[in-house]
Amino acid sequence: MVEDAQMNDKSTILTLIRHALKTPTHAETAKLKEKYLASGKPSVEEINSILPPCGATFEENLSIFKKNADDLKADFYPVKSLDEAIENLKKIAQAENWKLIATHGNGDLKTTAEKLGLPAIYTDKKYDVHELEKCDAAITYCDALVAQTGSVIVSSRTNKGRAISVLPPHHVIIAYKEQLIPSLPEAFALLKKKYNGNLPSMISIITGPSRTGDIERILVLGAHGPKKLTIFLIA
Amino acid sequence: MNPLALEFKKRATASVADVNRRKLVLTALSKFEVKRNEKVAQFKNWQKGRELAAALKWDALENLAENLELLVNNLEKNGAKVHWAATGEEAKNIIASIAKEKNAKLIVKSKAMTAEEIHLNEALEKQGFEVVETDLGEFIVQLRNEPPYHIVFPAMHLTRYEISDLFSEKLKSQPTDKAEELTMIARRVLRDKYIRADIGITGGNFAVAELGAISITENEGNARLTAALPRVMITLIGIEKVVRRMEDLALFLPMLATAGAAQTISGYNTLYSGPRKSDEIDGPEEYHVVLLDNGRTELLADPVERDALRCIRCGACLNVCPIYKTIGGHAYGTTYCGPIGAVITPRMRGIEDWQHLSYASSLCGACTEICPVKIDLHHHLLKNRRIAGTKTPVWWQKTAFKIYAKISNSPTLWSLMTKFGRLGQKLHPLIKGTKLDPAYAWTKNRDLPPIAKQTFKEWWRMRK
Repeated sequence: MVEDAQMNDKSTILTLIRHALKTPTHAETAKLKEKYLASGKPSVEEINSILPPCGATFEENLSIFKKNADDLKADFYPVKSLDEAIENLKKIAQAENWKLIATHGNGDLKTTAEKLGLPAIYTDKKYDVHELEKCDAAITYCDALVAQTGSVIVSSRTNKGRAISVLPPHHVIIAYKEQLIPSLPEAFALLKKKYNGNLPSMISIITGPSRTGDIERILVLGAHGPKKLTIFLIA
Repeated sequence: MNPLALEFKKRATASVADVNRRKLVLTALSKFEVKRNEKVAQFKNWQKGRELAAALKWDALENLAENLELLVNNLEKNGAKVHWAATGEEAKNIIASIAKEKNAKLIVKSKAMTAEEIHLNEALEKQGFEVVETDLGEFIVQLRNEPPYHIVFPAMHLTRYEISDLFSEKLKSQPTDKAEELTMIARRVLRDKYIRADIGITGGNFAVAELGAISITENEGNARLTAALPRVMITLIGIEKVVRRMEDLALFLPMLATAGAAQTISGYNTLYSGPRKSDEIDGPEEYHVVLLDNGRTELLADPVERDALRCIRCGACLNVCPIYKTIGGHAYGTTYCGPIGAVITPRMRGIEDWQHLSYASSLCGACTEICPVKIDLHHHLLKNRRIAGTKTPVWWQKTAFKIYAKISNSPTLWSLMTKFGRLGQKLHPLIKGTKLDPAYAWTKNRDLPPIAKQTFKEWWRMRK
């Protein structure tokens, strides 16, 4: 019954749309389309001629990312090596009195977790959500950093899931030099290439810690997601 | 006057008199305006951005049927299940039957104007499901049992003291005057709900056809949690939200955040393309997308007003509207308030019932100027007035205009009437502001402009 009704709804809606669009649109809108889309869809450069500036070199993008991270109240550490990142993390873990952390995968993340010497749950294997909720911090990889907006891009492929980057109160990201992308249009182009035809079920562009202004427009960090976002860029 | 218009007037009059509430809203919005202007100034070319955004969104709508089919094909390829709903009733039935089938008890919801539009919560609650709003502002207005005050800032009309009292009463929390503590109370209450919920319902800001993915914009992370923890995820989204390419989001996401929330980009912009993949450890086992028409094709059929379907629900037009600032979000009595609500509601819900909203505008054009997708809002309102005028001719108005036409077409009658008018205005103070005054509706709180001492014609004659 419901199935039938929905099939009908599908053809009704599509018919209504096709019928409605038989009447051409008015001149103002048509002109805009002609002006911008006559020679195809806008390029990365065209969209970047509109958006806030991004840098031409790694150093420029690093300083733009840093400024954006500061504005967003995210903590950004450009570091020389993984060891330097771990040294900083140890201090943070001590200051915040971490008891349990979450992470995924092997390689640098595993090394980090081991060197921190804290009990860790790995979310790339079956895990208990209550345990993850109890974690003081999550340490993850990312897909890219975006200088233009100060964003971190994560996905359910890179992190093996969705919850790790949003449930614990402190999200720590380990990123690498080539992951710093100048602009948002370039980041999308990269994602499209990387996941062509095989999308992870979730891709999230995270910009700063979780925030709300819903009470008298007063900024509060950590509305539902992480209260703190710390980014290490190894370069 | 139709009963809905009368109610609108009553509510508007009451909220105009609520000076403290108006002050609160006005202060919030004027601070917001300063920040928004700063963010706009960071763009290399904001005006070009508006034009390109309008062109891209229109291009997507002009090929809406093809784009929807592409979207649906790709979503299904990604493992999602797609449902079509011509009306709000259909959409509610679809969602309720999923909830029943899954034996759900608790449903968490992130902010969705489409759900407000079809009154989804009431329908689900009536069938015995517990529905919890997770966006902080929505959570607050849900506890108060009232609709959101603003598309983007649902609880902007409340002070933290009122919210503290509300939380003390409903959540048994300790009173506090700190926004941060209040937020943490909500955080604690809602954490437990995410973990226990069977179903997560979200809205959607964009649907990317070529990917088969829904893009959700938020700041709090509540939609992320709603999409991560429950075993079933449902997205209710209007058919007009389709864009063609992933890269189009590179323009739309910053435009939306800047115009709507004075941010370069919102805290979380997330693409959802299906249930958890085989190599993923968590996330929902099922992903349902409900595509909602509910009057949108009606709007598309009008070659001029279809522009309003470009709307990305940023709320920028509300923030600058002198009428919205004065009467507030609840006076409209509609899901979508402010200028955009006044434009689309008559089309989506019947012009006879809702034409009065076309007059809730000073036609100043501030809304049109800020709209990030260049919807010519105040001209649409003007056009709706014209349609309303031709659709409902009132006998006394017609007669009055006939008499006026007679007088203004005859120089003798016209000069006679201006003389009478001047005499009448001299005597007017005797009855001014009392019920005997024929212009009472105007003069009870305003002055009538005085008629000039002499007409141009009289002056011209004197001059010779």
